[in-house]
Amino acid sequence: MSDTVLAAVTTAPQDMSHGGHPPTNTGISNEKLGMWVFLGSECLMFGGLISTYLLYKNRPGAIQMRDALTTARVGSKVRISDLFDIKFTSVSSFILLASSLTMVFAVTSASRKDLSKTRLWLGTTATLGALFVGGQVYEFTTFVKEGLGFTSNVSTSAFYAMTGFHGVHVTVGILILLSTMALTFRPKPPTGEQVEIVGLYWHFVDVVWIVIFTVIYLIK
Amino acid sequence: MALINPRNPLELTSGEAPSVTTRPLGVFGRPKAPTGWRNWLFTVDHKKIGIMYGVASLVFFAIGGSEALLIRAQLARPGQKLLSADLYNQVFTMHGVTMIFLVVMPMGAAFANYLLPLQIGARDVAFPRLNAFSFWCWLGGAIFFNTSWLLGGGADGGWFNYAPNNGIQFSPSHGIDFYTLGLLITGIASLVSSVNLIVTVINLRAPGMSWFKLPVLTWMMLVTQFLLLFALPVITVALFLLMFDRLFGSAFFSAAFGGDPLLWQHLFWIFGHPDVYIMVLPAFGIVSEVIPTFSRKPIFGYPFMVFSGIAIGFMGWGVWAHHMFASGIGPMSVTVFSLSTMFIAVPTGVKILNWLATMWGGRLKFTVAMNFSISLVAMFTIGGLSGVSHAFAPADTQQTDTYYIVAHFHYVLFGGAILGFMSGFYFWWPKVFGYKLSEKLGQWNFWLMLIGFNLTFGPMHILGLQGMSRRIFTYSANQGFSLWNMVATIGAFTLAVSLMVFFVNMVISHRKYKKNPVDCGPDPWDARSLEWSIPCPTPEHNFDVVPVITELDDFWHRKYGHDEDGRLVRIAETVDVAQKGDAQNVHLPSPSYWPLVLASGMPFVAYGLIFTLWWALLGGVLMIAGIFGWIMEPSTDPEIDHGHGGDHDGGDHDGGDHGIDGPVVSAAGLESAGVSPEEEPAHV
Repeated sequence: MSDTVLAAVTTAPQDMSHGGHPPTNTGISNEKLGMWVFLGSECLMFGGLISTYLLYKNRPGAIQMRDALTTARVGSKVRISDLFDIKFTSVSSFILLASSLTMVFAVTSASRKDLSKTRLWLGTTATLGALFVGGQVYEFTTFVKEGLGFTSNVSTSAFYAMTGFHGVHVTVGILILLSTMALTFRPKPPTGEQVEIVGLYWHFVDVVWIVIFTVIYLIK
Repeated sequence: MALINPRNPLELTSGEAPSVTTRPLGVFGRPKAPTGWRNWLFTVDHKKIGIMYGVASLVFFAIGGSEALLIRAQLARPGQKLLSADLYNQVFTMHGVTMIFLVVMPMGAAFANYLLPLQIGARDVAFPRLNAFSFWCWLGGAIFFNTSWLLGGGADGGWFNYAPNNGIQFSPSHGIDFYTLGLLITGIASLVSSVNLIVTVINLRAPGMSWFKLPVLTWMMLVTQFLLLFALPVITVALFLLMFDRLFGSAFFSAAFGGDPLLWQHLFWIFGHPDVYIMVLPAFGIVSEVIPTFSRKPIFGYPFMVFSGIAIGFMGWGVWAHHMFASGIGPMSVTVFSLSTMFIAVPTGVKILNWLATMWGGRLKFTVAMNFSISLVAMFTIGGLSGVSHAFAPADTQQTDTYYIVAHFHYVLFGGAILGFMSGFYFWWPKVFGYKLSEKLGQWNFWLMLIGFNLTFGPMHILGLQGMSRRIFTYSANQGFSLWNMVATIGAFTLAVSLMVFFVNMVISHRKYKKNPVDCGPDPWDARSLEWSIPCPTPEHNFDVVPVITELDDFWHRKYGHDEDGRLVRIAETVDVAQKGDAQNVHLPSPSYWPLVLASGMPFVAYGLIFTLWWALLGGVLMIAGIFGWIMEPSTDPEIDHGHGGDHDGGDHDGGDHGIDGPVVSAAGLESAGVSPEEEPAHV
């Protein structure tokens, strides 16, 4: 058995000699596979939240709840679905979906090692994401002003829990995008694949929003 | 055939001694202590992490066991006043949660961490730092959960913590907040660990080790990790909603305010039932290694073993509502879940049959490890049968919340999981520490445990059928429960003695080894799987040379062949086919501070949510520091030039028509492939 074979079979996990990542059985790097596996788990998490929302969305808003701090009944009889503004949310959804496109551009630029374009598209993606989160904050504020807070009734709790978890995911995504952008200024900038892994997460968050949007606004 | 050239360990291009890699990065350097407690604290070595999981889970075993003894002491006689009703609620809840989340699950993680990379011929797991993070995160959550004893009392809602009892109205202390937040933290740890181990098995198998050459233990661990991966997010949702209910005033589970208590039951058991298999499948894997070794036969029906494990993994998702037959879920649901529950007994039965058939006609050697494994087969069968009796909904409505249920799940979890882990401890002890545990004390340990176990949990079947409810802190003398309760208490203390013998055995065997260090060789049991082809204890770099696998139980077939009559003949001495463990300059992942920093932030956040948000701020700062420190620090030492090629184009893994049991990659094939030792699509 020749030395080349030995070199091939004894490469340590950390030895990067295989297209930017160590050799693996599948040819997919550990990091990318890890992200896929993790996103599989996330599906179930959103599945649980969406189920909860579906269970509670038509609960009569008549039952009132207690305030978080006092025992006073502060609940609302209004259902959260009475306040939905589908036009506004359609626009912010479109912005979020557009960010998937810019994310693709960022991945392409990164794999071409075009640093300035990578930064540009990562920044654009983060901005679009921030616009979406801003829209969500605006929407939440409007609802609260109308008198529907997190604890108003179970339908609002379920709504805020589901969309809130999604919003947190987008926010984390923005932080990851900005961090990736910052890392491009280091001597060893992120590789195309690293940006791609960030992209996987970002696309996932977008896809989840499509499901959530359908569940909230399109299914009566 | 021999391992590839064991005398000339390959000098890897990236060669540098692992323990001295330091590289100042900003103001921080890397941890560099080669020995001592700092080495353990900052290690990313899967073996050390496995040992730490094992030690920690044994400590919690002692804690959870003491809680069990308190329960049994309280129930020993009618009208005992050792524990008040309130304290009793806390003790049995803490006992259950500790045993499940802090003993059985991490004990499985201990074996998975230590053995998975060794069984697949890898140098470490896919993400060594994440592995360290998993452990510290789990430990932080576990300690956080147990500090509730000192901060206002433990959780008191039972381990499944049903609504509405878990609401503030019925449980005003902070106990259940500790439960929610503690389990969220340990859940994050298990989730990270499952991603890590799944990627490890899919991606880091030694060349030639196709899916159907994986040891059964590895298979069972893999199924377990997939169950964890998909079950944990569901309980995470449930715990978050409960946390919102308790801390922020929502009412997801409160019927009084429009919520639905059954939602908790569904979310909990969609996690909870797969969790049963998460706990027991690793033990099944262990038994599937131990029984063939001491029967000197290959595992009977290997593909059946694997597929039944996978089948259990799938069917485990379709049986959760059998925990809820008494909650009024309707005749249709009851029928469906009844049937699916009966069906899941089939793959489990296949496993039992295969273990028996493995032993059939074998040359059995009744070592302590083997005894524990055989006792698992017997005891789990009893537990499985009582489990099938729950599948019959009319019977189950009689049994629900009686001691019959308690008897059942202790037969499957103690008789299944713990007996399997005990077998694993005795079996792999020499691999981990370099010496065997005393067989003589071990036999005492085994028999005391088997007798104590049956004395404790056997009578509970009778008590349950007599109508004794679980979770009631006392009973009166005229109910007729007195005799069997006393027997169960005697059994529980017998179990405690047997565990003491186990701990004494560790100490005595260690002392004996220190006084007279006899090398037990790489393969003291004449075993089958790959971890026995390297020295005991395992060297830091695991394999001098990553072996090329040609068949199932490859190491065994390097030692043994068959003559014309089909009889087993030795073809090579173990020392000739085993690796020496003397490779130099093997590059290993470097130790790191950041996993510990990141993990240590989490309990602070949790304390902050319960008491004052200032603590959460501190925890948040620690976590952010941990994350960014982690990102800025390369996982390997930056001085090493890795010789990047272009970006990965993915063009070399089209894989063609590889079947699930793909052809062995020949040496020539490897050479032409150039880089990737085995190209196979991931069948998952």
